[in-house]
Amino acid sequence: MAGGGGGDELKLLGMWASPFALRVRIALSLKGLSYEYVEEDLKSKSELLLSSNPVHKLVPVLIHDGKPVCESRIIVEYIDEAFSGDGESLLPADPHDRAVARFWASYIDEKMFTAWMPIFAAKTEEEKAEATNRTFEVAETLERALRECSRGKPFFGGDAVGYLDVVLGGFAAWVYAIEELFGLKQFDAARTPLLVAWLQRFVELDAVKEVMPDSGSLVELHKARQAQAAAAADDDDDEAN
Amino acid sequence: MAGGDELVLLGTWPSPFVTRVELALGLKGLSYEYVSQDLRNKSELLLSANPVHKKIPVLIHNGRPVCESSVIVQYIEEAFPGDGAALLPADPHDRAVARFWAAYVDDKFVTAWVPTFRGKTEEEKAEGMKQLMAAVETLEGALNDISKGKPFFGGDTVDVVDVALGGMISWVKATEVLAGSKIFDAEKTPLLAAWVERFAELDAAKKVLPDVDGVVEFAKKRIAEAAAAASAN
Repeated sequence: MAGGGGGDELKLLGMWASPFALRVRIALSLKGLSYEYVEEDLKSKSELLLSSNPVHKLVPVLIHDGKPVCESRIIVEYIDEAFSGDGESLLPADPHDRAVARFWASYIDEKMFTAWMPIFAAKTEEEKAEATNRTFEVAETLERALRECSRGKPFFGGDAVGYLDVVLGGFAAWVYAIEELFGLKQFDAARTPLLVAWLQRFVELDAVKEVMPDSGSLVELHKARQAQAAAAADDDDDEAN
Repeated sequence: MAGGDELVLLGTWPSPFVTRVELALGLKGLSYEYVSQDLRNKSELLLSANPVHKKIPVLIHNGRPVCESSVIVQYIEEAFPGDGAALLPADPHDRAVARFWAAYVDDKFVTAWVPTFRGKTEEEKAEGMKQLMAAVETLEGALNDISKGKPFFGGDTVDVVDVALGGMISWVKATEVLAGSKIFDAEKTPLLAAWVERFAELDAAKKVLPDVDGVVEFAKKRIAEAAAAASAN
């Protein structure tokens, strides 16, 4: 298929803080593809978003020549297949390596993301400690994944960044934000040295620097959301009384 | 099939996720050794082949394990491109749509279905059924849009969406018996109801879809065991 040249119109519906949208931006960046980025207000979703993703009504959505693709992992695979001539291949060539990459991508979404949620919700030190321990288990498992997939090379994808690097890397800015907010190092030098080195390397890539949000902004966003939630709770209390 | 391909499938007969893999293998005309697992006393083979989740199905191809049913189905498609009909279309956008709906079956349909028979309270079961029927309605719409009048999600031939949903057929029918209500109702979702009958008639399906009565008995046993354990606590 023709590369980013004439005739390929790409539009990405996203939200600046979304790790899933970030995955897609990184993939597009790695492939050197131009696109129009549309920032969605998730409290007031656009007609375009609702008609492009009627099933889930979520970002990211990649619209290519008017045809929408939804679900971040599926979008990354799509970008790799539709623009196979552009940049490096994101998925490995060998079918078994591809299966391993997809397995870990599924693990990341199923386990890592859900392990973080209780940290944000924790109200006591005990809750926070328990939630934290769970994230360490997940991080240690991902450390083994990195060892298995990288085979001594810098990335999950080997010498070059690949699909799995992008899938995990979507969370990079939030890893830093969580450290700032909760004093919790998701990847730490004692437990998960490979992941620490991987993260440092990943965020230094031009393709990533171009699109990664500033973790300080994520910290502010979280604090603002907490304040809003607290205010709403106070209003509820006032109404109940 | 190329000479020297050794395929071993670790599974249990009631698992709809194992059924999916067997369907894909059958549709591709691939021979494999099936090794039944005791999930209450997991084998060394299972634990070493799937150390992360310790679950079935696991497909072991020439000694290399692949885990997670949807990952395995895509693997079968990619590792055996010359065998049987393609389980994914050629066009990248069509492939993305097929992957989207296969993921939907897991994220929405299966997730809603589990509480309909495993739910501990009547409320849980009813809520599960409500979500399940909503997912079924959405899938009816998807089948209408994608198949364009052809028999399967994949058109004339079966694709990964058909396989993802097809693996669930015996369990859906068993749940209809246990819940006393239709899930694929010919009046509400005629396309899906017709699709179920058509899919179940495929040779590959007839070979591997577990007997519905057997699944009902299995489910009743499990529900009774869970209730006994709950009251013992």
